[in-house]
Amino acid sequence: MVTGALLKEFTRLVGANNVFTHEADRLTYSYDAAVLTPVMPAIILRPTHSEALGEVVRLCHENSIPVTVRGAGTNLSGGTIPSEGGAVILTHALSRILEINEEDLYAVVEPGVITARFAAAVESKGLFYPPDPGSQAVSTLGGNVAENAGGLRGLKYGVTGDYVMGLEFFDSQGNLVKTGSRTVKCVTGYNLGALLVGSEGTLGVFDKIILKLIPPPAARKSMMATFSQVQKASEAVAAIIAQRIVPATLEFMDNFTLRTVEDYSKVGLPIEAAALLLVELDGHRAQVEDDAQKVESICRSSGATNLRVAQDDSERDKVWEARRTALSALAKLRPTVVLEDATVPRSKIPAMMQALEEISRKHALTIGTFGHAGDGNLHPTILTDRRDKEEWQRVEAAIHDIFDHALTLGGTLSGEHGIGLAKSHYLEKETTRATLLYSRRIKNALDPKNILNPGKIIGE
Amino acid sequence: MQDMRKLALLLRQIEDQLAVCMRCGMCQSVCPVFAETGREGDVARGKLALLDGLLQEMFQDPTGVDDRLMRCLLCGSCATNCPSGVKVLDIFIKARAIITGYRGLNPFKKFIFRNMLAKPHLFHKVLEWGSKFQGFFARPVNELLGTSCARFLSPLGHRHFHPLAREPLHRAVPSVDSPPGSSGLRVGFFPGCLVDNIFPQVGHTALKVLHHHGVGVFMAENLGCCGIPALSSGDTDTFNTLVRHNLQSLQSRDLDYLLTPCATCTSTIKKLWPTMAEGLLPEERLRVESLAERTLDISQFLVDKLKVGAFLQGEEGDRVPVTYHDPCHLRKSLGVFQQPRMILKASSRYLFKEMAEADWCCGCGGSFSLQHYDISESIGRRKRDNIAASGCGVVATSCPACMLHISDMLSQARDQIAVKHVLELYGECLEGENPA
Repeated sequence: MVTGALLKEFTRLVGANNVFTHEADRLTYSYDAAVLTPVMPAIILRPTHSEALGEVVRLCHENSIPVTVRGAGTNLSGGTIPSEGGAVILTHALSRILEINEEDLYAVVEPGVITARFAAAVESKGLFYPPDPGSQAVSTLGGNVAENAGGLRGLKYGVTGDYVMGLEFFDSQGNLVKTGSRTVKCVTGYNLGALLVGSEGTLGVFDKIILKLIPPPAARKSMMATFSQVQKASEAVAAIIAQRIVPATLEFMDNFTLRTVEDYSKVGLPIEAAALLLVELDGHRAQVEDDAQKVESICRSSGATNLRVAQDDSERDKVWEARRTALSALAKLRPTVVLEDATVPRSKIPAMMQALEEISRKHALTIGTFGHAGDGNLHPTILTDRRDKEEWQRVEAAIHDIFDHALTLGGTLSGEHGIGLAKSHYLEKETTRATLLYSRRIKNALDPKNILNPGKIIGE
Repeated sequence: MQDMRKLALLLRQIEDQLAVCMRCGMCQSVCPVFAETGREGDVARGKLALLDGLLQEMFQDPTGVDDRLMRCLLCGSCATNCPSGVKVLDIFIKARAIITGYRGLNPFKKFIFRNMLAKPHLFHKVLEWGSKFQGFFARPVNELLGTSCARFLSPLGHRHFHPLAREPLHRAVPSVDSPPGSSGLRVGFFPGCLVDNIFPQVGHTALKVLHHHGVGVFMAENLGCCGIPALSSGDTDTFNTLVRHNLQSLQSRDLDYLLTPCATCTSTIKKLWPTMAEGLLPEERLRVESLAERTLDISQFLVDKLKVGAFLQGEEGDRVPVTYHDPCHLRKSLGVFQQPRMILKASSRYLFKEMAEADWCCGCGGSFSLQHYDISESIGRRKRDNIAASGCGVVATSCPACMLHISDMLSQARDQIAVKHVLELYGECLEGENPA
């Protein structure tokens, strides 16, 4: 607990309504969406303006209180689980869209702006902000930048980090640091933005974010293809890319997932198919038509058993409805859902799919796999019940095997969910001992007291 | 400590349901309370974590959990949008009962529920006295809305409320028992406390409409409350008493359907009577289930069962624009949202116009608005702004509790927008005109 003069000082900075110390309130900030053990923080602080945010960080530094910044708490790797006795800083009240610049195609936002709200505001101005993480209805832009969040459109449009033009953030002592700018080109100083994007709150506390905007595509076309073998679906994916076609979205669903989705939402999916590909092309109308025909013939020659092109918006919505319900349909089967995101080069998807099947058999677990086939970012989803200790041990062993296989195939531990607490033990395995030490030296130099989200990514 | 073990054991009843929440946090996007306060303890995920915390004996503060558990409208927005299908309302209602059973019911509530609500005859009497004397305490503020405010400092604060009706429905029409007419159908009519005592005109219109369509009606004398105020405060004793009382009143009457003009009564009878009424005899249980199956919102009955058609419609310009607010207990609990709109669209006098966020809760939440009026009010202002922005002169809805709160919000903003039950507008069209 934080008490006495320090509590008074925090209260003075953010106001009594924005300090929570009651045990019940602290418990509600002890977890995020990762399946990990909750940790009780000592205090929750909700600054309502920049200056207060900086002062709060300074005060935590002076008193050596660990700081975990929290947006919507939807993190899947434990990045927003606080430290014992630490402070949680909420960005909820820092949620202003400060500027949407239609001439220079950028926006300036505070970290607590909700992703979907921002995307809608941008759209209303006739512009486009592509990153669309699965949690966008609640996730915050600050969290997206801190995790370098991806989404369905990653293949063509990249991830959150590709849209960060500049940042203003507080260092561990509460001093304001600025990097990047509102210009397309900027080589002024170290590229600190690149270091901060995906740093999971361990190197600084975001105050303002400058995001790139682009013109929206004029046309969109969606289609759905089914295959009798996973291998054939993967070949189609490889052939599409080899034909120099980059769809906005290229999604995959395995048989288990599509059967579950069909059971749940009855959208008319072919439950006998081994794999399903969902493709969306966007761009200039003529180009989209052209590419759509090519994709259609590629899918057919790769052995698609069925192919359906959405003829209008409502059909298009139906195609994507199937994809959107994948996680919720799976989640309804068992109490605990472990959503992994080990990623492999896309040519290795068939090998990875095979490995996942073996892992599921070996550990006698139910694993449904869907995800972003176009960028190799699969989401093997383990359905379990964390209360069953014996089964939970098998789940942990399976996760271990998934990482092992992804790395053997030249892949990576995490495509978009972050390392956080959940995968920090594996970091060295993917990289080298020196990489870990190098990262720790950076952290130590920038945050000598180790107060910024300690333990995340690089361990303690 | 021993006591906490006991509570944890009691909470085991809901352990399996609690385990379904995967803490994804998507409920944050739809919770009306969270939208105002931004506190995790106010959203379903936070409350479920708190209950889990008590169950796992991670901490020992049932009072802290209870306080947060009560900061909930029971609107069901979270449950409707939950990817894992957590039965949030079931959990919260059971948890309130468990914690109340453990801590004991607040003495004031205990007095109101056990001595008044549970005794319908006395409850009616008290309200009738209240209606006679309320003029001393309240003065009218908005004629169109029919709202009043307190003459001096009172527990009602600055609310603009609907006074109790001079003549409640049960006094004007103590009971009805008519045979099926041309429709061949006979229904039970359950007006609900708010229609009975505050909006009796809705009850009168319902009886008129049913008569017009040749539907036989049975309205029992001395019907009790559906039980939701007691249940949402964790008082299962009073709830059980009321379910039994009403079951008795509605006994063996050969009814095709049971209709209510109140979204909350409908969803309580349909969903909570079968799941929450404990200690009933097997035979009573069967009757509760059969009654629940036949319970319908009145607009649902008109559209789905009577297939009422459109009225002759005049020029668009001559019709009054009307918008519709979805009561949570109708749309989210029961999936009924098309039927009331169909009735409005079929109207000869009104022109239906959808408002933004029509299914966002109005903020009433029954007794929630008594305990947390500040939150109720800020949620209500959002509803008021959407109603005002629709440019309509009338807002219709299907729940008298929503009518109360929306009237309060519009009246405080000095709007000249009428609040009506869908049925009232349908009744207006029936007068003098025949369905096309």
